[in-house]
Amino acid sequence: MSERVFRVWRGSGDGGLTEYEVEANEGEVVLDILLRLQATQVPDLAVRWNCKAGKCGSCSVEINGMPRLSCMTRMSIFEPDEVITVVPLQTFPVVRDLVCDVSFNYDKAREIPSFTPSPDTAPGDFRMQQEDVERGQEFRKCIECFLCNDVCHVIRDHEENKEHFSGPRYLMRVAELEMHPWDTADRRKIAQEEFGMGYCNITKCCTEVCPENIQITDNSLIPLKERVADRKYDPLVWLGRTIGRRPTDTPIVPNTRRPADAGTIIGKEEDEEG
Amino acid sequence: MTSTQSTPSGSGRVRIPLRTLRTDRWWIGPTLTTLGLATFVVYGAVRVFQQNHYWVGEHHYLTPFYSPCLANQCAEEASLFGHLPWDFPPFLPYALISMPILLLFRVTCYYYRKAYYRSVWQAPTACAVREPHRTYTGETRPLMLFQNSHRYFFYAASIIVLINTWDMLVPFFHGSDGGFGVGLGNLIMLANVLLLWGYSFGCHSCRHLMGGRLRSFGKHPVQYWFWSRLTYLNGRHMLFGWLSLASLMITDAYIALLASGTITDLRFFN
Repeated sequence: MSERVFRVWRGSGDGGLTEYEVEANEGEVVLDILLRLQATQVPDLAVRWNCKAGKCGSCSVEINGMPRLSCMTRMSIFEPDEVITVVPLQTFPVVRDLVCDVSFNYDKAREIPSFTPSPDTAPGDFRMQQEDVERGQEFRKCIECFLCNDVCHVIRDHEENKEHFSGPRYLMRVAELEMHPWDTADRRKIAQEEFGMGYCNITKCCTEVCPENIQITDNSLIPLKERVADRKYDPLVWLGRTIGRRPTDTPIVPNTRRPADAGTIIGKEEDEEG
Repeated sequence: MTSTQSTPSGSGRVRIPLRTLRTDRWWIGPTLTTLGLATFVVYGAVRVFQQNHYWVGEHHYLTPFYSPCLANQCAEEASLFGHLPWDFPPFLPYALISMPILLLFRVTCYYYRKAYYRSVWQAPTACAVREPHRTYTGETRPLMLFQNSHRYFFYAASIIVLINTWDMLVPFFHGSDGGFGVGLGNLIMLANVLLLWGYSFGCHSCRHLMGGRLRSFGKHPVQYWFWSRLTYLNGRHMLFGWLSLASLMITDAYIALLASGTITDLRFFN
């Protein structure tokens, strides 16, 4: 057992770091210490957590500057006398203390046209080869901790880009659907024009912080960039399309885009107007 | 218990007056990358514009920095496709076509984009380190849309690597007494060509073209097989990127030292 110094964010976005000395034991993770802090010193400390096994994605915070799951960050990775700083995800608004409002992510999720099989198929028709299952399965490991969207500098350092950029998590979702053998929608154009694929400069921070070790950049973002290049920027492919079958672009899901500066429930306002 | 206040923000997000709260040595990676890229650019510029010490006639060693040699001044045997009928002025590369292609192949490469966006352009310098730019538009503006032409530079660069492969094979049949021979120069050129192929085949555009663009692997088993092999190389694209840069410089330096008479080739056989 030892005493460790923790600096923890308290309050809203305009809050600040408060220093505490907390007991730490061998084998513990950062979440253990935060929960002990809550139990022994600051009962009103807001901490979001659930499974404590790295599978629910609830306890995402930034520990010593890096986005991490607090339940999967062992205390043993820090030097014995190291001060540990814990702040909420910096890309999203703070509700209180270490809890963020991550609704940005759900808004972006709603805009993506979902799995669209051919109308000629029925449940039970969808047979897939193992290699196709494995390809999509990597992306399905995502636990939606939003560490990738948090670390992405496109929206982390430039709030104004949130309107135009869905973040690596949802560009990966688009890529997953585009690689699905039974899907018939074509999301390549909206990937670039609506979801902001062009903003990604493939600096791989999303891959570095992913707790599921999904190769987000190499297996989804870059393949999606190449598909977008097929659709929009490759003159040879364009020529082939002009002669042969032309693509049918799928638009984003209607009534999902939040009007500028509106804080209403997505879709509700437009539905009422319609 | 002590407190540190943040700077107020209008969006409700945490705004910390520091660039980052990271305590590790996050600046090492970008610094080494900048040094590595700068070393290659400076070395390459000096050698390309030197217009000398590129050809070892005895063993037909031609440095990749001058292949294919197109200037009128080029040695006859060094010009695989013949040469242009006029002398190149100083500061014009003898390999006038291949140098820009190879440069743009690397500039538009997905790995090198990561490398220079981080280390040179600092967007961002490292993960969770605030970038210094006031605005950011990524690869959405016309000039940056040029990055989408990477596949075309892959096609062109593959042809150049084929030429490099030919350049590597020819010296095996120019031993000291004629006929087959092996020297240290041959082995260096062989290693260089292998690394260049490793880098070229690991290219993300190549992986896309060979199978990644498909919706279904199950229906295209041959393309899936190729895609799987290329995926192995693609996972090591950064490694091959740096190793091939190093091997290009080593190959060129060795041939330059031979051509200038500074050293003699170490021969293992003939």
